[in-house]
Amino acid sequence: MSEPLVRLENVRFAYGQRTILRDISLSIPRGQVVAIMGGSGSGKTTLLRLIGGQEKAVGGRVTVDGQDVAGLGREALYALRRRMGMLFQFGALFTDMTVFDNVAFPLREHTDLPPELINDLVMMKLHAVGLRGAARLMPGELSGGMARRVALARTIALDPMLLMYDEPFTGLDPISLGVIGQLIRRLNDALGASSVIVTHDIQESLQIVDYIYFISEGRVAAEGTPEAIRNSTDPFVHQFVHAEADGPVPFHYPAGDYATALVGGSS
Amino acid sequence: MVGAIRRLGALFINGVWQLGFITRFFWLILVYSGQSFTRIHLTLRELYFSGVMSLLIILVSGLFVGLVLGLQGYETLQRYGASDSLGTLVALSLVRELGPVVAGLLFASRAGSAVTAEIGLMKVTEQLKAMDMMAVSPIARVVAPRFWGGVISMPLLAALFSAMGVFGGWLIGVVAIGVDDGAFWSQMQSAVDFRYDVLNGVIKSCVFGVAVALIAVFEGYDCVPTAEGVSRAITRTVVSSALAILALDFVMTSFMFRG
Repeated sequence: MSEPLVRLENVRFAYGQRTILRDISLSIPRGQVVAIMGGSGSGKTTLLRLIGGQEKAVGGRVTVDGQDVAGLGREALYALRRRMGMLFQFGALFTDMTVFDNVAFPLREHTDLPPELINDLVMMKLHAVGLRGAARLMPGELSGGMARRVALARTIALDPMLLMYDEPFTGLDPISLGVIGQLIRRLNDALGASSVIVTHDIQESLQIVDYIYFISEGRVAAEGTPEAIRNSTDPFVHQFVHAEADGPVPFHYPAGDYATALVGGSS
Repeated sequence: MVGAIRRLGALFINGVWQLGFITRFFWLILVYSGQSFTRIHLTLRELYFSGVMSLLIILVSGLFVGLVLGLQGYETLQRYGASDSLGTLVALSLVRELGPVVAGLLFASRAGSAVTAEIGLMKVTEQLKAMDMMAVSPIARVVAPRFWGGVISMPLLAALFSAMGVFGGWLIGVVAIGVDDGAFWSQMQSAVDFRYDVLNGVIKSCVFGVAVALIAVFEGYDCVPTAEGVSRAITRTVVSSALAILALDFVMTSFMFRG
């Protein structure tokens, strides 16, 4: 089996005094779609930022395609990022450009291709996400789902080896959600890329991914294939898959004794 | 008491930090300015938004300032029987002080605030991060062209402001009140020195351009990425630019015009 494309070894990360990730080890094999799941604020997005080199781990190692991300200089990091694509939570489209120019942006910045060829490439990418007809629209004229698809077209503009998705399903209607899910899977396979999806949408993820990691309290709490996750008896996974309010992840934020707080008049 | 001293100290340290940040940011802009000139359409676009779009407010304000200068100047000068010198008074006031300063203040509130808002909102909507993840430096692509757009348009706007002001002074003095047309222009021509008056005024407007443009892009880039953060950044741009313009004007005037 070949070396995984992304590997995190004993990664530790903190914002100042606040520890986000305690000890994370995981890997993204080539050609696979991997989901990283966990509650809000569990440090999922931070993981993507570490892989993309926007943050540096306090301890441990993050390697992408054999390169230690934290050790790269600016030029080398930018060279690596040209082979990565990241879809932001709300698309992060450039609001002063048309849909066409948004998708053309990475091509124009990083290649010297003639305009005709850029036009063809952009149309192909937009066709892949079903929005060739929206090329002349401005981002403000798109619905949430369409904006996400345009951003996806822009993400794949340079045919990246690694695709990263930050909460791609948030705030979408069921149809758009299904469309995005299918696109993530299809594009990954068509491009021969590898994908990481950071999400808390368990049902959609179970349908499209190859492997799932659960993150809780800065550690990998559980992992497995969708099949294994569905049948898991692990209380944490059970709580997550069945969306139970209380369980290993408590409903209450840590607090003092309730009765004392009521009688004493203050916490 | 200790608390007050501590707050004062914190305020001072914070100020020094901020000064350090803005200096480093200025350096980064200079380092990443190459693209602003090799891909000139990026800068031209900002020149249009900062410069051309500010033309109306600058020209109209210049005209009114000139009209007022004409009225007040005539009213004062005629007491000493020197109303023929109205052209000199209007022109010197404008090219030395009012042109650069008032145009700078207007530019900060019209174009500076817009630049801060635009960059701030790009930060809120993660556009800057997205650009960075696409291996495109936001400083080179977004910040530097806006900076240079501001730096280039400011002296041009100040010059237009002064020209419009002189025209306003002429309208009031010569057309409306009846000061001698020939005296108005010839006195102005002989009294206004190109190097001493005009060039110093241009230097001032260039310095104000750098100050306003730097404050505007810095506040936008540095803002807290929330709606409230952007609104605060815009306020800070206008306030800091105004203070910077007035303080720099005093310093430069004291060096340039010592008699």
